[in-house]
Amino acid sequence: MRHLLRRILFYACAVWVAITLDFFIPRLAPGDPVAALIGKMSTKGYVTPAMQQTLSAEFGLNTHDSLLAQYFKYLGNLLHGNLGNSIQYFPTPVTQIIAQDIGWSLMLGAVAVFISFTLGCLFGIIVAWRRNSALDTILSPAMNFLSAIPYFWLALLSLFIFAYLLNWFPLTGGSYDAANINPGWSFDYIGSVIQYAFLPALTLVISSLAGWMLTMRNSMITTLSEDYVLMAKAKGLSEGRVMFRYAARNAILPNITGFAIAIGAIVGGQLLTEMVFSYPGIGYALFQAVGEQDYAMVQGVFLIITLAVLGANFLADMLYAYLDPRVRVERSA
Amino acid sequence: MKTQEISGPASAAPFALQPGDPIYARVLRVLLMIWHAMTTSRKVAIGSAIVAFFILVGLFGPVIMNTDPNAISTLFITPPTAAHWLGTTVVGQDIFTQLIYGTRTSVFWGLGTGVLVTLLSVMVGLVAGYFGGWIDDVLTLLTNVSLVLPALPLAIVLAAYFPRGSLTICLVIVFTNWAWQARVLRAQTLSMRSREFVTAARTSGEHTWRIIFVEIFPNEIGIVVAGFVSTTIYVILTWTALEFLGLGDRTIPSWGSILYWAQQAGALGGGLWWWFIPPGACIALLGAGLSLINFGIDEIADPRLRRERPVKVKNIKKAVA
Repeated sequence: MRHLLRRILFYACAVWVAITLDFFIPRLAPGDPVAALIGKMSTKGYVTPAMQQTLSAEFGLNTHDSLLAQYFKYLGNLLHGNLGNSIQYFPTPVTQIIAQDIGWSLMLGAVAVFISFTLGCLFGIIVAWRRNSALDTILSPAMNFLSAIPYFWLALLSLFIFAYLLNWFPLTGGSYDAANINPGWSFDYIGSVIQYAFLPALTLVISSLAGWMLTMRNSMITTLSEDYVLMAKAKGLSEGRVMFRYAARNAILPNITGFAIAIGAIVGGQLLTEMVFSYPGIGYALFQAVGEQDYAMVQGVFLIITLAVLGANFLADMLYAYLDPRVRVERSA
Repeated sequence: MKTQEISGPASAAPFALQPGDPIYARVLRVLLMIWHAMTTSRKVAIGSAIVAFFILVGLFGPVIMNTDPNAISTLFITPPTAAHWLGTTVVGQDIFTQLIYGTRTSVFWGLGTGVLVTLLSVMVGLVAGYFGGWIDDVLTLLTNVSLVLPALPLAIVLAAYFPRGSLTICLVIVFTNWAWQARVLRAQTLSMRSREFVTAARTSGEHTWRIIFVEIFPNEIGIVVAGFVSTTIYVILTWTALEFLGLGDRTIPSWGSILYWAQQAGALGGGLWWWFIPPGACIALLGAGLSLINFGIDEIADPRLRRERPVKVKNIKKAVA
């Protein structure tokens, strides 16, 4: 119980740090980027008085409020779920844009994480079981090599090969063929969604598979040298039973925590994927916001990503304490 | 148990550190240790060769080329030819020249940032571990909070607000990535603090900073080196990603900025493979080199990960029979 309380306190502290960073970064940045942005935009002539007013209120320009008063106002806004208004799509609220985009991110990420976790664990178990076999000597170094490839280059390369050269997948990005197909529960629409998500998901799986597999392999090798596994083999249990029900069950522990964290990273972990494939999720929204200097949007997306990651880490902590009682005893002692 | 595993590289080599030796002897031992690792593990040897190659290209490549990498010409979008080994860009810049100059920028900023990250984490880790008490509490809290905040999104936000430039990216990466190694070093220092040689140093009246950096630090060199290698891989990848997003200095050629311009010019849709494949391949190769060094170090540290070679044993048996 004490362990739980300490973890809750810690994560509350982390959330506060994230929120505070989000407030102070634009105000501490030298040269007042927001004022510069308004200046730049007004020369092009599309800063309406309403827009100027909102921006000033959001970033504390031309106000007589003290920094502290602004900070509490910002906290109050956050509590009401108000992340400010986007500049590039003025005056749409940031929350509305994020709500639109986050679904695609969640779908793409969830599918990719689920596939790579399952395959990675399975490969890891088999490779550790048949250690030093031909499969192990080929698969393990191959996976090491794959994990060393920078992700976005892998994405560019696969886009070039499968979309440009072979023409199997769309090159333009998006989440479905918006020009020809109407969203709905039709066969065409779902097919189109799969076609557009396939390549991003594939690269995500390839790049994360190695991590799951190698962690599983190393953990499995350690577990296989335990006495109880030897005992199970000596009892003459079937190979599959020893492999999955005895060894893998304990060896999977590090990967389970990793899985909980990966679930949280779904929201923000595929920033680069969405940027390269122009996949309209939250990462692509961040990419565009950075390019357009849409600061309210950048901050909003960062906050959502951070909250998701913190939530998942908390969950992983709890899960680990539940699965491995030693953690509970050690930490609360 | 845990610390023993981590300090593996030092204990596995036959040049174990003896506390109490003069500094030059320890430095010599560390160098011998690295040499030992390079010669006994093929992975470390290959990895070091790759990294050395890129450092040499970065050092001497631009000196040999000696042309302006941004010079434009009328040869637009030429595929690789004898004159332009890697073709040209949409404004006729020679990509091979850009790549060589970019190697200098990317390798040296990458390694430099890696060094800075390591320095910061050494400072935090050793100070927290040695002093204990409230200093440790505060620093540990900072470390743990920094660990759970997502590094790449935070780096993107910071880099978006602060003025564009290589120094900004460097500082942003240092700020977002120091925590992991600091935590490892803190744990190690904590176990080091109660050892006899530290107590001896303290009773003989040595200055606190001297104890931390001259007595304790040399014993953690193995972990610091391993940490530096894995940090640098991550640093180089983050560096390229931020530049690819256009948050770096776009006027200086680097692997990331070449990719940025390729993306801006629609090199992918136009099929200009010679523009975006080479810089990516360089990053992949350097990353693979550093990973190999790291895997080698891991294997030296944890013998269970080493591949057994049952074939050799069989041969010996046959020879005996």
